Amino acid sequence: MENIISIFVRSIFIDNMVFAFFFGMCSYIAVSKSVKTAMGLGIAVIFVMVMTVPINYLLNEYVLSPGALGWINPEYGPGGAHEIDLSFLSFIVFIAVIASFVQLVEMVVEKFTPALYNQLGIFLPLIAVNCAIMGGSLFMQERDYASLGEATAFAAGSGIGWWLAIILMAAIREKITYSNVPAPLRGAGITFILTGLMGIAFMIFMGVQL
Amino acid sequence: MSKQEKEPLFSAKNMKLLTAPFGQNNPITVQILGICSALAVTAKLKPAFVMALSVIVVTGFSSMIISLIRKGIPNRIRIIVQLVVVAALVILVDQVLKAFVYDVSKQLSVFVGLIITNCIIMGRIEAFALGNKPWPAFLDGVGNGMGYGMILIILGFFRELLGSGTLWGYPVLEKIGLYNIGYVNNGLMILPPMALICVGLIIWFQRSRNKNLIEK
Repeated sequence: MENIISIFVRSIFIDNMVFAFFFGMCSYIAVSKSVKTAMGLGIAVIFVMVMTVPINYLLNEYVLSPGALGWINPEYGPGGAHEIDLSFLSFIVFIAVIASFVQLVEMVVEKFTPALYNQLGIFLPLIAVNCAIMGGSLFMQERDYASLGEATAFAAGSGIGWWLAIILMAAIREKITYSNVPAPLRGAGITFILTGLMGIAFMIFMGVQL
Repeated sequence: MSKQEKEPLFSAKNMKLLTAPFGQNNPITVQILGICSALAVTAKLKPAFVMALSVIVVTGFSSMIISLIRKGIPNRIRIIVQLVVVAALVILVDQVLKAFVYDVSKQLSVFVGLIITNCIIMGRIEAFALGNKPWPAFLDGVGNGMGYGMILIILGFFRELLGSGTLWGYPVLEKIGLYNIGYVNNGLMILPPMALICVGLIIWFQRSRNKNLIEK
């Protein structure tokens, strides 16, 4: 349990998706112009992340990683006569899960709650190609989490970390419209520099031992 | 195809597709696409160069393949089709990197996989390849890949030189004897936040040279 909490807190603050790994920067820069839209996209990211990372974790554990097919026949398992390693397929499996999940959610939301669709719908196609989601699944695979609980805690923490970053940025950008920024820096330029400064601020969490 | 419609492979129009991404239409500094990997792999020059090459290969061929099959893709599921084509190409690139430059492949870690979600690739497919013939689509993909690669190499050059004092692993600053007169490496350059600030500075530089790129 302690382990799960520490992974959760660590992935929000210390290993923040945006400030430590630059995941999801494209939509982060493009959609952070107002707090309201940033909120919509942030919540959509948390939701898709929490759903797809555990699915991919199960796929990785029982289908893709070396010897994972041992549950079908011990011959295919670790050390078996015909050990099967499907890990080279993981990119295509992960992205297929993410893209089809996003499409599915879009259809369900459109059918049953049109009001939510109007708020969230435009962000859903953006999410399929958001590196934060794919990055979450790839990090899950690389860091080799021990249980489904840990993978889910990591997904929730990373999603919330991303949401936090985009909300903070949107709030700053709303304020900065009243400032006299040098003309060539307006828009993208100042956003990059601000993100860099926020990243330096977030680096203080690196000293936290969990 | 009749002879009159055929235009030369490198006509003026096609050359423009190849060169525009270097300046006025650069994917990173103007279109703001594909930032994630641009920042994460540029602490050293070598991974930046390998990443740039991989992206050029993937953008070029994915644009061409999608353009070849564009008339057969149903509109509603096109994103999944595109992602599957891109993912298959990225798996090829990943296996090649693992086989020939294993150490760089380890350094790039998850970022090879993240070429799939690199917005440049999806952006070019959506904006160009879906409505154009395979050859121009291929050139457009390669051009944008090279525009992206150019920024990666500029970033990698400055970050490695100022941050570690080396270039491609070769200790340049030590050889010219800068350390003897009290020069110290700027460790901040190899940390993540400085990459963002460097991109901000490149954008600033480019937009102050080209006034028409300035945002309102």
